[in-house]
Amino acid sequence: MGNVIELRGAVKRYDNADGPALGPLTLTVEEGEAVAVTGPSGSGKSTLLNLVAGLDKPTEGTVTVGGTRIDNLGEGGLARFRRERIGIVFQFFNLLDDLTVLDNIVLPAQLAGTARGKAATRAHELLETLGIDQHARAYPGRLSGGERQRVAVARALINRPALLLADEPTGALDMASGRDVRELLIDLHRGGQTIVLVTHDLDLAESCAGRTVHLVDGHVALDRNSGAGAVR
Amino acid sequence: MSALGKVVRAGVGRRRVQTLVMMLTTMMAVTASVLAGGLLVASQAPFDHAFARQNGAHLTAQFDAAKATAAQVTATAHVAGVTAAGGPYPVLSLRPHIGENGSGMPPGGRMPELTFVGRADAGGAVDDLDLVDGRWATGLGETVLRTLDSPFGVGDRMTFPELPGSPTLTVVGLATSVGDSAEAWVSPAQLTQLTALGARLEYQMLYRFTKAATDAQISADRAAVAAAVPPGSMTAAASYLTIKLAADRTSATFVPFVVAFGVLGLFMSVLIIGIVVSGAVGAATRRIGILKSLGFTPGQVVRAYIGQALIPTTVGAALGVVLGNLLAIPVMSIEGSAYGTGTMTVAPWIDIAVPAVALAAVVATALAPAQRAGRLRTVEAIAVGRAPRAGRGRVVRQLLGRLPLPRPVSLGLANPFARPGRSGTMAAAVIFGTVGVTFGVGLALSLNGIESGLNQRTAGDVLVRTMGAPPDDAGGDAGPNRAGNGPPALADPAAIAAKIGAQSGTRRYFSTGETKVGVAGLAGRTTVISYQGASSWGSYRMISGSWFDGRGQAVVPSGFLNATGTHVGDTITLTDKGRNAPVRIVGEALDLRDEGMSILTDNASLAGLGAVVAPESVEFHIDLAPGTDPQGYLRSLNTALKPLGITAVRNSTQTSSTVIAMDTLAAMLTLMLVAVAGLGVLNTVVLDTRERVHDFGVFKALGMSPRQTITMVITSVAGIGLVAGVAGVPIGIALHDYVLPVMGDAAGTRFPAQDLAVYHLPVLVPLLLGGLVIATAGALLPAGWAAGTRTATALRTE
Repeated sequence: MGNVIELRGAVKRYDNADGPALGPLTLTVEEGEAVAVTGPSGSGKSTLLNLVAGLDKPTEGTVTVGGTRIDNLGEGGLARFRRERIGIVFQFFNLLDDLTVLDNIVLPAQLAGTARGKAATRAHELLETLGIDQHARAYPGRLSGGERQRVAVARALINRPALLLADEPTGALDMASGRDVRELLIDLHRGGQTIVLVTHDLDLAESCAGRTVHLVDGHVALDRNSGAGAVR
Repeated sequence: MSALGKVVRAGVGRRRVQTLVMMLTTMMAVTASVLAGGLLVASQAPFDHAFARQNGAHLTAQFDAAKATAAQVTATAHVAGVTAAGGPYPVLSLRPHIGENGSGMPPGGRMPELTFVGRADAGGAVDDLDLVDGRWATGLGETVLRTLDSPFGVGDRMTFPELPGSPTLTVVGLATSVGDSAEAWVSPAQLTQLTALGARLEYQMLYRFTKAATDAQISADRAAVAAAVPPGSMTAAASYLTIKLAADRTSATFVPFVVAFGVLGLFMSVLIIGIVVSGAVGAATRRIGILKSLGFTPGQVVRAYIGQALIPTTVGAALGVVLGNLLAIPVMSIEGSAYGTGTMTVAPWIDIAVPAVALAAVVATALAPAQRAGRLRTVEAIAVGRAPRAGRGRVVRQLLGRLPLPRPVSLGLANPFARPGRSGTMAAAVIFGTVGVTFGVGLALSLNGIESGLNQRTAGDVLVRTMGAPPDDAGGDAGPNRAGNGPPALADPAAIAAKIGAQSGTRRYFSTGETKVGVAGLAGRTTVISYQGASSWGSYRMISGSWFDGRGQAVVPSGFLNATGTHVGDTITLTDKGRNAPVRIVGEALDLRDEGMSILTDNASLAGLGAVVAPESVEFHIDLAPGTDPQGYLRSLNTALKPLGITAVRNSTQTSSTVIAMDTLAAMLTLMLVAVAGLGVLNTVVLDTRERVHDFGVFKALGMSPRQTITMVITSVAGIGLVAGVAGVPIGIALHDYVLPVMGDAAGTRFPAQDLAVYHLPVLVPLLLGGLVIATAGALLPAGWAAGTRTATALRTE
C-alpha cells in the first residue's frame, strides 16, 4: 500500500513565537491506516492537521498528500485538493446554521461541480448509513451534538475522500454522543477509510486508531502501533 | 486613561479596516454635502451675491468728452443719492483684428466691437473686478479681457491695423465684471494711444446709489446725474437691472438640476453615514456583551460606542470639509462662469453646518443600536453578536439552493435575506447612486440634444456670410472686405448666390437675413429671419407643428408664443410703414436668441411690407452633394469668392459655455454620488465579510476556491445592485422628466420631445446595470479579502 501522507522535515513557525510550533517533522501515513495524533495543548496537533489539510502551509519542508505536494499549491489548487482528496470533521462541527442538514452535506459536492440531484442521492445514502436520514430537512440547530457530528462526518465523506481528518471529533460532545461518534469512526475505518484523528482522548485514540503518534512541543515523542482498531 | 477611554481606543485601533472605511465614507459624504450645499447656496441669487461682493455699479454712464470736462464728470460723484462712484475712465469702442493666438482663431479675422476702458487698476469703491487669470494691464501693449464668452486666452494677441502705428495688444489677464462695465481694459496711457486722430473720446462713470432697487429708482438716479453735467453730454447709461434680469434667467436654468443633485447628495450622505455607523455598532454587539459581563453599565456602553463612532467620523468630516472646499474651487468656478458672476466660494457657514450635521447624524444613528445593545441581556449580546439572527432568509436560501445555479452564486444571492435591514439600506444607497447616474446621463443627453437643436440655426456643411472674414492672402486684388481698408464693405448677396450656384458639389442652398417689423398687439419691433430658397432641409429643431412651406406661414420660438399668448395655428399680423402682412404660425421652434422673440418666415411673406433685410445679416447655408470633399469644396469656393473679399467657412457645431458648465457639473456630481454609493456598499460588505469570516473559513475548508469565494461575495451584493438599479432608473427618469421642463421654463422655452425622450434602449440597458456595477465595484475589495483570508486563521476566528 502507498503512503497517503508524507511529511518531510515539515516545520511550522508562527509570527511572534520563539520556536517552531511544529517540527521538524517527518511522518508517513499509509493508505487504510487510522492514526491518532495525541498530545497536550500546544503540542502541535492542530498545526499538523492544518498542514495535512492544506489549511495552512509549512514554513519549511514538504507535505505530500495522496501523491500531491500541497505545500507549494496556490489557494485555488488547495481548494481543489480539499474538495477532492480529503474530508474534515471539526470539534465544533462547523455546520452552516442557515442550511438544512441535506444542504450542508451536499455543499462540498456542489462546490466540486457535482449536480445537486446526484449529490443529494449520495447524501441520502450517507444519512441512511449514519442513521440520521430523518433529519435531512432539519436545520443543524435542532439536532443533538452527536447528530450534528454525524452530519459533519457525512459532509466530510460526500466526495469519497481518500483521507478523513478529524479534529477532536468528540471534544464537544457528551459521553453518549461521543460514544456514537467513536463507533462511527471505527466503522469507517473498518470500511477501509484512511483516518487521521487528532484528540486528547486516549480512549478514543486506542479504540479508533491502529497507530498513535504522540506529539510533545511539536515533535514526535511516540509513534506506536497499538493494534487496536487496526483493520487493513 | 479610564476604562471607557481604553475601550474606545482599543475598539478604534482593533478594527482598522472598518475604522478606515468609516472615515473614508464620512469624508466622501461630507465632501459631497459641502459641494452640494455650496452649490445650492450659491445658486440662490448668485448675481446679487456677486454684485454685492464686487460693489457692482447700479448705473454705468458714458459722457462725451467734447461736451463735458473730466472735472464736470468727476463732480457727478457728489450728486444726491450717490453712495460711491468710480471714474471717470476714458472709454473707446473698437473692432480689433485677431492676432497670433493659441486659441485656434484664424488670425486676421475681424472681431465685433469691444468697449475698451482705461483703468489703472482692477479695484475701487465701485466695480471691484475679479481678476481670474493673469495680471492687470499696466503697460503699453497690454489688455485684460472680460472672461464671459471671451475666445481669447492669456498670451493671445489682437491687432488694430487701422489705427496709427498699427498697435498690437497682448492679453495679460482675464477678469469678470458682474455689472458688465466693459469688455476690455487697458491702462489709461494705452487707451490714449488707441484713440485715433479725430476719434470721439468718452468718459465712463460707475455709480452706486442709495435707492436702486427698481427701474423707476434707477431712472430717477440717472436723471439726477444727467442734470449735473452739460445737457446732451451723457451719451449712454446702462442699468444693472437689465444685466441682473439676464443673469437671473441663466442661473434659474441651473437651479433645478443643482437642487436635484444637491438634495440627492445630502440625503445620500446622511443615509450612508447611518449605514456605516449603525452597521459598525450593530456588528459590535458581541463585544458589548463582553464589556457588560465585565461590569460596564448600559450607559457606559452607549458612550463607548458613540465615542468609537465619533473618532473616525470626526477625522473623516474634517478631511471632507477640506476636500469639499478644494473640489469646490473648480466646480464653483464653472458655476460662477455659467452664472456670469465670476468666482464663487463655499459659504463659510456650510463648512460649519455640514460637519456638525454629519456628526449629529453619527450620534443619532449610533445611539439606537448602541442603546439596543446596551439594553440586551449580557448573555444575549454575546450569543447574537457574531452572526445574523438564525432563521432569517432560510426559505429563500432553500429555494435558491434548488435552482440550477453554481452553489457559490445561490449562496451569495441568498445572503442579503439573512440581514434584511442592512441589505435594505445598502439597496437605498445603490438606488440613490443609480438615480444620480440616470439623472446625470439623461441631463447630459438632453442638454447636448438641445444644444444640437440650437445649432440648427445654421444649416448645411458650409456657410458664407456677406460680412465674412477676408481671404487669408488678402492682397492688392482682394475685395472690399480686405483688412486694413477701413470699415468692411459688404459683398453683394446676389453675386455670392451666383458663385455658390455655379460651384461644383453644391447640392442645395438657401439664404437667411434679418429685418425688424412690428407685430400687431406687441410693443416695439420684432426680429424676422427671412428665408430665401427652399429651406425645409435646414429647418430649426421643431417643438410642435411644422416648418413653414411658402408665403404667409411662419415659425416662432416658444418665447414668442409665451409673450404674445398665441399658439400654433393662430395668425399674426406683421406691420411696417403702415402696411400689414398676415402670417399663420405653423410651428414652434427651439430658439433662445433674443429670448425667443423672433419670427422665421419665407422672404415672400414680407413682400407686402417693404421691410428690407439688413445686408450685413445675410448668410448662405450650403448643403454639399454626397461624396463631396468639404475641404476641397471650401478651397474651390473660396477661390471663386476671393474677388468678393469674403471666405466660406465650415459650419462647425458650437457648444455653449452654459451647456459645457452644466455637463461638467452634472458629471462631477454624478461621480460623487456614485463614489459615495460605492463606499456605502464597500462598508456594508466589509462588515458582512468580517462577521462571516468564520463561515468563509468553513466554506474554504470544504473546498471553496478563491474564485468561488469572490463569486459568492459579489453575488451577495449583485442581486441587490440589480434590483436597486431597476428601482433607481425609473426614479432617475422621473426626476429628469420633472427637472428638464422646469429648466426650460426658466430659460423661457419648451424643449422638443425628442430631447426629453432620451432614455432609449441602448441607454437604458447600461443604466439598468448601473446598480449592479456600483454594487460590484463596492464589493470587489472585501471579496478579495475574503478570498485571501487564510483558512486556518478564519476557522479560529470567533
